[in-house]
Amino acid sequence: MGTPSKPREIRLSTTPTPEALAELKLGDIVYLDGLIYTAREGVYMRALEQNANIPMELPAESAANFHCSPAAAINPDGSYNMGAVTATASFRFSKWIGAWMAKSGAKLIIGKGGMSAQDYKDHFVPNGAIYLTTVGYGTGALLGRGVKRVKTVHWNEELGLAQAMWVLEAEKMGPFIVESDLAGNSLFERENAKISANLAKVYEGTKPAVLKRFGETDDRSDELIG
Amino acid sequence: MISLDLIEKTAEVLMAKAAIEIPDDYLQGLQAAAEVEDGDLSSFVLHAMLENYKAAKEDGRAMCGDTGTPRWYVKMGNETQVEGGPVALEAALRRATAKATNGVPLRPNRVHPLWRTDHNNNVGIGAPEIEYGYEPGGEWIDLITVHKGGLFGTDYRMLFPSDGIQGIKRFYLDSLVAFGKRGLACQPAIIGIGLGGCKDTCMVLGKRAACLRVVGSRNPDPRIAELELELKELGNSIGMGAMGFVGKSMVIDANIEVGYCHTGGMQMSVHAFCLSSRRAVARVYPDGRVEHRTDPDWFTDYQRRETVEWEPPQSHEKSA
Repeated sequence: MGTPSKPREIRLSTTPTPEALAELKLGDIVYLDGLIYTAREGVYMRALEQNANIPMELPAESAANFHCSPAAAINPDGSYNMGAVTATASFRFSKWIGAWMAKSGAKLIIGKGGMSAQDYKDHFVPNGAIYLTTVGYGTGALLGRGVKRVKTVHWNEELGLAQAMWVLEAEKMGPFIVESDLAGNSLFERENAKISANLAKVYEGTKPAVLKRFGETDDRSDELIG
Repeated sequence: MISLDLIEKTAEVLMAKAAIEIPDDYLQGLQAAAEVEDGDLSSFVLHAMLENYKAAKEDGRAMCGDTGTPRWYVKMGNETQVEGGPVALEAALRRATAKATNGVPLRPNRVHPLWRTDHNNNVGIGAPEIEYGYEPGGEWIDLITVHKGGLFGTDYRMLFPSDGIQGIKRFYLDSLVAFGKRGLACQPAIIGIGLGGCKDTCMVLGKRAACLRVVGSRNPDPRIAELELELKELGNSIGMGAMGFVGKSMVIDANIEVGYCHTGGMQMSVHAFCLSSRRAVARVYPDGRVEHRTDPDWFTDYQRRETVEWEPPQSHEKSA
């Protein structure tokens, strides 16, 4: 059994230069500094389908879109009680991500589980953006520590706490892992390919169910997303 | 008579404990996994998680930002009496859930499925779920809260007797591999497997196997216990670890619960209790004592009874 080697750690601005993004390699560990905003289906629908004005200067203030609903509350005096912060699965937002990038200029999409290679090719590469995945996915307490303060919350009344646009001041917030690079390569897909090579052996001694399902596949290099 | 006020206060404490403190049995299981994990990225993830549990406890903040969907398992002795009766009890648990959601804070995950309306307190139609169990003797009440997370990692399938153990293994692997990719199941997890019952009870059994049994517990049927160990081993031999990276930590433990089913079928469900296995338990007595613990001790001999009439076993051995 080998001793696992430690990945490289990098500090990155939430308004990163193209050069800083080009430096990043799949599997690098990233810590973020600057403003981050949360935006998921609620924000996307409101901004893109209902054409509401985005209440921030994007991407000047922040080019970092976090697919997240924090465990947080707004106190009666208007102050914020920020607990843990964890991402939600990003593949579900594929429908909006291209239009959102075009509108917001986002360069960092942060979430859970990455997006499909097709999304990287169609939307991330042309927009010079990369995907950062959260770790675990449960490092909510560590990420919460990296939030210096909640700057503001937009659209809480319209969307509710979980879907609102939280604007967070990040200081060495992380860890995140570089899942896609500027060329659109995906760490998850690289790992999937390695694991798939072993699967036939693991499945020895099993057999397919007698009752099939419509749409069922026996190709286990396939994925559920996308 | 158990004080309603004490139930509500204890329930609030349990809500916070579940969200913040990783149970010892899961922590030890994850530490053991971290020691043998040799995949670079998987190993990094496991160590980050161990650090995260510490940070959560030190800061008194939830381990994970997705604090799941809080629910209650309530168990009572045959002689238990609660002040105000069952309706008051349910109201107290709903109040505790709402208060803790704002107090800890937890993420107010619960919304209406169609209108997506949100009370911002994890309470709504059918939420939190409150399920009941009873034990012979005793005047106590066990309050167990589980905040299971995850939209992924759970699946159900109608298998048949001819599918046999080979079919069980296939569906088990399919669930782990499919939801393990990209770490959608937030593994390594406690995998709960329900076998038999009807469709709905099969899901209930599997979920309880994942959430209400501790790591290291075994089913009292020796052949099922053997299958549990075999499935744990099988899951960890896939070659996949945390977040779907190359590695060998998928399963912290595999727990199987069974129920008698239709003679033609063999229902199977698979559930993953994630890296933030949130559960907390307390027993409240009529004299005001409150005993906290992490083992729900749900699956007693009585819960797994097979006979028409219940006869207590001669020597009571604590079962998982």
